[in-house]
Amino acid sequence: MTLLSCNDLSLGYDGRRLIENLSFQVNPGDYLYIIGENGSGKSTLIKTILTLISPISGEIRLGAGLSVKDIGYLPQKNDIQKDFPATVQEIVLSGCLNKRGIRPFYNKEEKQKAGNTMEKMSIRQLAKKSFLELSGGQQQRVLLSRALCAADKLLVLDEPVTGLDPRVTAEMYELIKSLNKDGLTIIMISHDIDAALKYASHILHIGENSYFFGTKEEYLHNPNAHAFCRFGKDAII
Amino acid sequence: MTEIFSKLQMYFQFSFVYRALIVGTLIALCSSLLGVTLVLKRFSFIGDGLSHVAFGIMCIAAVLHFSNDMLLILPVTVLCAVLLLNRGQNSKLKGDASIALLSVSALAMGYLLMNIFSASANVSGDVCTTLFGSTSILTLTKTDVLLSTVLSVLVITIYVLFYHKIFAVTFDEAFAIGTGINVKSYNLMIAVVTAVIIVLAMKLVGSLLISALIIFPALSAMRVFKSYRAVIICSALLSVSCAFLGIIVAILFGTPVGSTIVGIDIFAFLIFSLIGVLKKC
Repeated sequence: MTLLSCNDLSLGYDGRRLIENLSFQVNPGDYLYIIGENGSGKSTLIKTILTLISPISGEIRLGAGLSVKDIGYLPQKNDIQKDFPATVQEIVLSGCLNKRGIRPFYNKEEKQKAGNTMEKMSIRQLAKKSFLELSGGQQQRVLLSRALCAADKLLVLDEPVTGLDPRVTAEMYELIKSLNKDGLTIIMISHDIDAALKYASHILHIGENSYFFGTKEEYLHNPNAHAFCRFGKDAII
Repeated sequence: MTEIFSKLQMYFQFSFVYRALIVGTLIALCSSLLGVTLVLKRFSFIGDGLSHVAFGIMCIAAVLHFSNDMLLILPVTVLCAVLLLNRGQNSKLKGDASIALLSVSALAMGYLLMNIFSASANVSGDVCTTLFGSTSILTLTKTDVLLSTVLSVLVITIYVLFYHKIFAVTFDEAFAIGTGINVKSYNLMIAVVTAVIIVLAMKLVGSLLISALIIFPALSAMRVFKSYRAVIICSALLSVSCAFLGIIVAILFGTPVGSTIVGIDIFAFLIFSLIGVLKKC
């Protein structure tokens, strides 16, 4: 049973087409890396899946009982967050919001859940700290905790390691891998091909005029994909 | 000192003083609550823009001899707020440009209309009153007080009930949409509430100084406090105290109410900035 399937999708914004006739599927437990050059439409694809943008044509189907409210999302940082006064706990709790309905305040279970995800991300001791005073890596852990509060089945990450130093990046990758091992399906946008080859189960490589979708093994045995890896430029696949 | 107290005692026998204090503090409370959200959403100038729109409509209402101009001002301002706050990120005119465009046009056209179809002998006096609020807060009728109180209580209730959702929508709109929260309707709600507060606040400080009521308490609180809840609470308390103090000072010394309140807000901002700097050391 597929969790998410995109059929014949064409995407873009402002009247500009970025991707055409894209089809791929995500099954429960998959770890999909979406890679491609800047401006190839990776973020647009994610935003379309998450209904922030509507597709130009084609369809996105959620299956296996997946609803929008089971998806956790780690967006790229926005400007507003650079001076937003909020504690770690306030931010993580806001991940529980989508399932709360019209009830105005959080209940015990939700606070418990937020506590547990902070524990998992080892940021419990930071709960009362201000988000602004944290390091880049700690901030990403906070936003990941929030995404986990929302994610029951699928976690979508938009370049989660941008701006982090190599050690923190490695930690972040291991953390996400362990989440995938626990049964969470993961879709990640990344520039990092090495990491993709190390961690992914499936790879979606978006090129200028075409794309590749398949398992990591298929990607490795695809001569064009190899060319890309070796020469590091956007070979047509 | 005793002189001041006896003077105050005398003034407190008048009902207009009570009315001004009730309406003033309620409006200050509402505007400070919404102010935090608006400042963080980078809409600090929305107060300015919308109040100028309201000024323009008020001029039209005056020219048309509307008996109760609220009936015209409120809906049109709400409509403008919705248009301004709900624009997509991909729109051709960016947020600040469209606010500036709307606000100057409304101001200019309003003044023009007032001059051409003047209904009273003292046009510049009327305009000055609307722009700076001068004495209208001291001439509130019972209906004004009732209307302001009902609307303020409504705004505060909405804010408390949707506190967490407003937080989420302000902090990270992309995440909120992506996880299935109906961001559009919450943004709409924020826009409507903002417009209501601005129309109310025009009575208090006039349309030129409204931004002060919205941004100063929020900015002051953000100098010192680092959690969202603390910022909201501090901003509300600060705004109410400044408005209360401002009205008392204005009555005692005969200064214009609006600018006195703003003056005290500025003073509070300086103190809070200083505390913020000291706290960092």
